[in-house]
Amino acid sequence: MKLRFISTALMLTICSFVISCNSGSKGKEEQAVTTNERKVETKEETKPAASQNSQNLPPSERVDLTNKGVGPIKSLELKELDQKLADKGQEIYKNMCTACHKPAKRFIGPAPKGILERRTPEWVMNMILAPEKMLESDPLAKELLKEFNGAPMANQNLSEEDARAVLEYFRTL
Amino acid sequence: MKTKFKLLLTCSVAGLLLAGCGDSKKSNKGALSTNAAEKVYVAPGEYDEYYGFFSGGFSGQLSVYGLPSGRLFKVIPVFSQDPEKAYGYSEETKPMLMTSHGFIPWDDSHHPDISQTKGEVDGRWIFINGNNTPRIARIDLEDFSTAEILEIPNSAGNHSSSYVTENTEYVVAGTRFSVPIPQRDMSIKDYKGNFKGALSFISVDQESGEMDLSFQILMPGFNYDLSHPGRGKSHGWFFFTTYNTEEAHSLLEVNASQNDKDFIAAVNWKKAEEYIKAGKGKKMPAKYAHNKFDNSTHMATHTMKDEVLVLDATELPGLVYLLPTPKSPHGCDVDPSGEYIVGNGKLSANLTVHSFTKMLDAIENKKFDGDAYGLPILKFDDVLAGVVEQPGLGPLHTEFDGKGNAYTTFFISSEVVKWKLGTWEIVDRKPTYYSVGHLMIPGGNSAKPDGKYMVAMNKITKDRYLPVGPDLNHSAQLYDITGDKMELILDFPTIGEPHYAAAIKADKIMHKSRQIYKLDENKHPYVTKNPSEAKVVRKGNEVHINMTMIRSHFTPDNIEGVKVGDKVFFHVTNLEQDFDVPHGLAMLGANTTELLVTPGKTETFVWEPKQVGVWPFYCTDFCSALHQEMQGYIRVSPADSDIELSWSLDDE
Repeated sequence: MKLRFISTALMLTICSFVISCNSGSKGKEEQAVTTNERKVETKEETKPAASQNSQNLPPSERVDLTNKGVGPIKSLELKELDQKLADKGQEIYKNMCTACHKPAKRFIGPAPKGILERRTPEWVMNMILAPEKMLESDPLAKELLKEFNGAPMANQNLSEEDARAVLEYFRTL
Repeated sequence: MKTKFKLLLTCSVAGLLLAGCGDSKKSNKGALSTNAAEKVYVAPGEYDEYYGFFSGGFSGQLSVYGLPSGRLFKVIPVFSQDPEKAYGYSEETKPMLMTSHGFIPWDDSHHPDISQTKGEVDGRWIFINGNNTPRIARIDLEDFSTAEILEIPNSAGNHSSSYVTENTEYVVAGTRFSVPIPQRDMSIKDYKGNFKGALSFISVDQESGEMDLSFQILMPGFNYDLSHPGRGKSHGWFFFTTYNTEEAHSLLEVNASQNDKDFIAAVNWKKAEEYIKAGKGKKMPAKYAHNKFDNSTHMATHTMKDEVLVLDATELPGLVYLLPTPKSPHGCDVDPSGEYIVGNGKLSANLTVHSFTKMLDAIENKKFDGDAYGLPILKFDDVLAGVVEQPGLGPLHTEFDGKGNAYTTFFISSEVVKWKLGTWEIVDRKPTYYSVGHLMIPGGNSAKPDGKYMVAMNKITKDRYLPVGPDLNHSAQLYDITGDKMELILDFPTIGEPHYAAAIKADKIMHKSRQIYKLDENKHPYVTKNPSEAKVVRKGNEVHINMTMIRSHFTPDNIEGVKVGDKVFFHVTNLEQDFDVPHGLAMLGANTTELLVTPGKTETFVWEPKQVGVWPFYCTDFCSALHQEMQGYIRVSPADSDIELSWSLDDE
């Protein structure tokens, strides 16, 4: 388990180096490529969607309410909203997540607003608790990484309890 | 037949390899013809069996190696500034290097020793001495960082240090040079009878590890070279080698080599505790620094102490006895049982081994041979356990394997000699390359050595590696000592000049190694726990930036309103809570180093902009695929500008 994590980390590091080598040698060209990618995405977004689940939608907007992701959470049933838990989640979110996630606006990563209309609660929990695993094996997470300029979701070492509180907060957004 | 042929082939290949390296390697052939490579090979992704902590010598630091691979894992900054980690440069760590002489950026680190419980190394802390401006440092083996530095007053050339007693009751630090105590203006020529040596006993809090200079024993003006604790039956005693019992003050090379015998001083520290309880200690004014690093505020504090409790050995009977030991003994080593005390007489042809049991008997029956400044000299023949005859030239240090064998280094004849405790017979000798000083067996200074490997630390490297100019890093050599004969299996270069090392089984430490500092436990006065708390505040000409870092941006990353002549404090918090994701920060033109901030920590440096313009800062540690994007700008306006302070990230 640990070894696997290390090897994942190693792989990511190696990937980073490869990318750095490219940007180092190409310089301006690399920047142009990034800009192009963004433009492509914008175009995709403006295309009329055939259906909600169309593969033409950017991964952050796609709806997938069956995928539970990869990680420690296998099943999670949401009950009535627990406001106290949501308040606790908001506090944790403020300290652990806001560096990259604004509640209702795309930032370094996607906004959590309305996330449970697009993802299963298990998927969200696994993304918080085991982002390395998700980026390695979950197809949607892989695509999200691409959509968000290759900025990988950081593992902030939240306990399962804290991640659950953050999920409850997401329900209030 | 086939195997034989293969073996022959291996041998000849090894021989060929060696042939190119000069004559000096001839004696080394045997090692390479065996499976040495297999013995030291740690496959990619696998772990070493031992942590080895090697003194950094004149680098002032402590290096961490894996054994048996000889791979360097880390250099822990201790007594010297380290620009890589901003140690001694950041505002938080500068106080660690304060002394009674002010800020000192360097020292000469010597003898690392791992804390012990019941005579076994336990891996809580490791201690090391600064030799030049006498200090003892404690390194926390949870985060592999220097946690505390205590200056030692009345000491000079803090060499017979920093060895721990069997339950880490004390870390002991003895002076090499005797000096006037207290220091005063006097003629050097009046050394004899007036200079004194101080042996310091530093107590260690068993929970926090915090050190306190408990007491000092004042001794005659000899040089106190090395020391080791008694253990088992001799627990409660501490042994120090002395030289320059001639009390020479000049040309010691000649003048301190006149006496036939110097002494091993046996100090009864339990007796010292009794004397202190009985009120025999005297409080003496002394100025010394006590510096501590706090892992919750992430800051060091520096305080000065002004008093030390002193016991005068010449006035307190039963505290110290002298064991005559031939010719300027260097190493003073105690075997795992605590019975044998080995004096490695540098200029002696033989190794002298004293018996603790005989020593007690000689004390009880007053078998004295005069005294030195009132300290009883025990009769040599009545304390002698045995002599290792003619083992080599220039003995320095001895370690033990826990199987009844001792291993002694010989500097002049460049070899390690293995001999048997009790029979004193020599059973093996192997050359080292070259001029070996210390040697180390994991747990070798404890009741339970782990007699698998022995590392020889050599003073001279010469032709062992590709030449890189007139000076070379010192070379260490790893020997397999599981068989009857020692087998050289690896060479590896070291940092500075390692004076001693200490090793411990990896599984005693690795599982408790810290991975992050928890953000919600960060009590730094300038911590920024989330980006909404980031701010820039002006206080006169001081500008304080509360900044955060995470993969891969700073908050804020655009700052305006800084002026020439300002003193800009970057207080940077790494918001990451994941193992091994540090971020760096470097500011163009700052007259200091980068910061390298580990997850959950806050660190600070000061920048005094001198030129108008827009100046960038960036992350120095490749943190993610977007690391090259992790940057920011600060606008510096003329001193008389009225531009207000403002800051932003993504124009928000």
